[in-house]
Amino acid sequence: MLEDLTQRLESTFRKLRGYGKLSEKNIEDSMREIRRALLEADVNYTVVKDFVATVQEKALGQEVLQSVTPGQMVVKIVHDELVRLLGSSAMQIRTAGIPPTIVMLAGLQGSGKTTFAAKLANFLRKRGQKPMLVAADVYRPAAIEQLKVLGRSLNIPVYDEGLSDPVKIAFNAVSVARQQFCDTIILDTAGRLHIDQAMMDELVKIKNRIRPHEILFVADGMTGQDAVNTAKEFVQRLNFDGVVLTKMDGDARGGAALSIRAVTGKPIKFMGIGEKLDEVEQFYPDRMASRILGMGDVVTLVEKAQATIDEEKAKKLEQKLRKAEFDLEDFRDQLQQIKKMGSLESLLKMIPGVSRQLKGVTVDDGQLIRVEAIINSMTTEERHNPKILNGSRRKRIASGSGTRVQDVNQLMNQFQQMRKMMKQMKGKSFKGMGMPFGLA
Amino acid sequence: MAFGKTKFGLQKTREGVFSKITRLVSGRKKVDENLLDELEEIFISGDVGVDTTLYLLDKIRIRIRKEKFNNSEELNAIIKDEVSRLMIAPREKEVEAKPYVILVVGVNGTGKTTSIAKLAYHYKNQGKQVLLAAADTFRAAAIEQLSIWGERIGCPVIKHQPLSDPGAVVFDALTAARARQADYLIIDTAGRLHTKVNLMTELNKIRKVIESRMEGAPHEVVLVLDAGNGQNAISQAKEFVKAAEVDSIFLTKLDGTARGGVVLSVKRELGIPVKYIGLGEQKEDMELFDPKEFVEGLFPEP
Ligand SMILES: Nc1nc2c(ncn2[C@@H]2O[C@H](COP(=O)(O)OP(=O)(O)O)[C@@H](O)[C@H]2O)c(=O)[nH]1
Ligand SMILES: Nc1nc2c(ncn2[C@@H]2O[C@H](COP(=O)(O)OP(=O)(O)O)[C@@H](O)[C@H]2O)c(=O)[nH]1
Ligand SMILES: [Mg+2]
Ligand SMILES: [Mg+2]
Repeated sequence: MLEDLTQRLESTFRKLRGYGKLSEKNIEDSMREIRRALLEADVNYTVVKDFVATVQEKALGQEVLQSVTPGQMVVKIVHDELVRLLGSSAMQIRTAGIPPTIVMLAGLQGSGKTTFAAKLANFLRKRGQKPMLVAADVYRPAAIEQLKVLGRSLNIPVYDEGLSDPVKIAFNAVSVARQQFCDTIILDTAGRLHIDQAMMDELVKIKNRIRPHEILFVADGMTGQDAVNTAKEFVQRLNFDGVVLTKMDGDARGGAALSIRAVTGKPIKFMGIGEKLDEVEQFYPDRMASRILGMGDVVTLVEKAQATIDEEKAKKLEQKLRKAEFDLEDFRDQLQQIKKMGSLESLLKMIPGVSRQLKGVTVDDGQLIRVEAIINSMTTEERHNPKILNGSRRKRIASGSGTRVQDVNQLMNQFQQMRKMMKQMKGKSFKGMGMPFGLA
Repeated sequence: MAFGKTKFGLQKTREGVFSKITRLVSGRKKVDENLLDELEEIFISGDVGVDTTLYLLDKIRIRIRKEKFNNSEELNAIIKDEVSRLMIAPREKEVEAKPYVILVVGVNGTGKTTSIAKLAYHYKNQGKQVLLAAADTFRAAAIEQLSIWGERIGCPVIKHQPLSDPGAVVFDALTAARARQADYLIIDTAGRLHTKVNLMTELNKIRKVIESRMEGAPHEVVLVLDAGNGQNAISQAKEFVKAAEVDSIFLTKLDGTARGGVVLSVKRELGIPVKYIGLGEQKEDMELFDPKEFVEGLFPEP
């Protein structure tokens, strides 16, 4: 699947030699392939139609960048437009002037609301907040128990009133949170179909009663064509503030992201990437675009071809590397560069031959995230001068980043090793040195 | 009432994807690319998927060229025939076995546990003895969820502690099913994404435990697919077939969507038929799926 679009586009353009400008004819040909790729990724049919029309217009007459083929050029235009449409990438939640901040979750059955409620609580606590979970799904058998078990495992309070009225539960929870000095309430609600009027009315009632500061629509990343109708109905009834896309740890291309974004205009704020409670991630429009197109490689290739801006940065880095001045701050920069290019998995797939071997194997992107979280939890001084990281500092960093001290130790060992290696490599080229920290 | 609900559910699918076809085709004397484009839109919007849609359109195109039709009914018949060919499988006779062991698998949140409740209720209503096994020991409160259903329906549930070995639960359940002379044993498993190698290996092990404990079992492996899912369902089906040898599909949440067309692709690519459909959250919201009747329903005689 990954290679398909690239290959198909290349063959579409094979006859076309040289560079120059994109013409109407060759854009039309390539749009057929793009359209197919989007449909295969489950982007809604109507959304695809509009999208392709827009891109076609934009692409017309554009100069083909030096050192790329017209096929790659078209992909770049499509990719950029996708990124633009998919929007921003902040994990932000509006907070109340006077606490508690009320966050309400809503969505179809089985989309991952309860799991995300716990993930969000965990995430906010790491940021120093004091969340409380509220069990307002009184319909699904054992739904309350499920939230309680998750809350217990995190040691985060869960408020419930058994199988009573969800509106009342939500309302009472607000004052309970105040009494317990919780600054954030996360309200888990029952799954419901967008066409179920009575159940949709219930959500509206809850909303009107407690006036949440943030309403998040939780959607399954594997959703097909119906994503549009569901999202439309939920946004019309609730006017939610953001979207959570779950189960993105699988191989779904995630076209629903584009569909939902296109019909609601609301940002995607989080992605669920596993069943565990720390498996939540920021939404990266550029990664998502590559994923929807089913290809990380060509896009990155194109980016590299025109990456003159980042070159400056790279040169500086290389100098630092040579002098072994490379510190954790630089390392974090490098990690962020990698993340820009896509997931670790898609990055690995760019290496010829690896793609096939990788079939059926999942690569742990969590590793990258952990490493970044660890570095983020350090002070600037610590990043510049890792030597000062004694036991108690490491302990603080581990708890701040939600990792274990062993993880911090491991990272530090590997970092020292890498610096040593760099010293030995003085004078040699850094090209092809590969990724540090066993990340690749 | 069960009957009303069922009719409502199927009616939705009919009105959704396929009645559009009838409407599109009616009154047409000529088939042009426009009509085929619209047909394509209907299929793809129904989550039939690009490959299978193109396959169907090719077939239809060829038939139209060869068979020259005179009115829209004939065109309708051609389309119906091609869709039927994809959908209809010879009904396999269920093997006779006691206990008849059903293993239920699928990705997270598709509706496995609820579907098991529906199956149990269905067999209970036929006067059968049904035993349930809570082999989802992973998801928080999954055991409680199945236990509540067991209580509501009146089926005993074999269970262990949370996070215990699902293989051991299955082992005990098989022993209990024999000892109690149950007619059906239905095994719930944890949801797992088909891309997670270790979890799929675990599932394969569960299957092996059943095989080694009881000759001929599991008699039926049911893959639960969410009708709201798109093309990823094909990928799911492929991997579950590899790990657990799927026999049939339980297509859930058809009360919410007029789509679920991906089952056409699953049938075409993997040969696995839909056998049950889920039409709601209650125990009676299930129907045995009859593809023939279904297709007949999709293309009502004018
Ligand atoms: N692999 C994976 N599973 C998830 C994710 N989020 C939720 N799940 C699983 O999906 C299923 C349904 O989740 P749940 O929170 O109960 O959904 P709800 O019905 O919307 O409350 C459970 O098995 C969860 O463990 C995710 O991001 N990745
Ligand atoms: N509307 C509707 N909801 C369903 C159907 N089947 C299951 N559900 C709901 O989907 C959610 C997940 O179901 P569950 O059985 O826990 O899924 P599992 O994680 O696969 O075991 C629950 O809220 C169920 O009530 C169905 O056919 N229609
Ligand atoms: Mg829930
Ligand atoms: Mg379950």
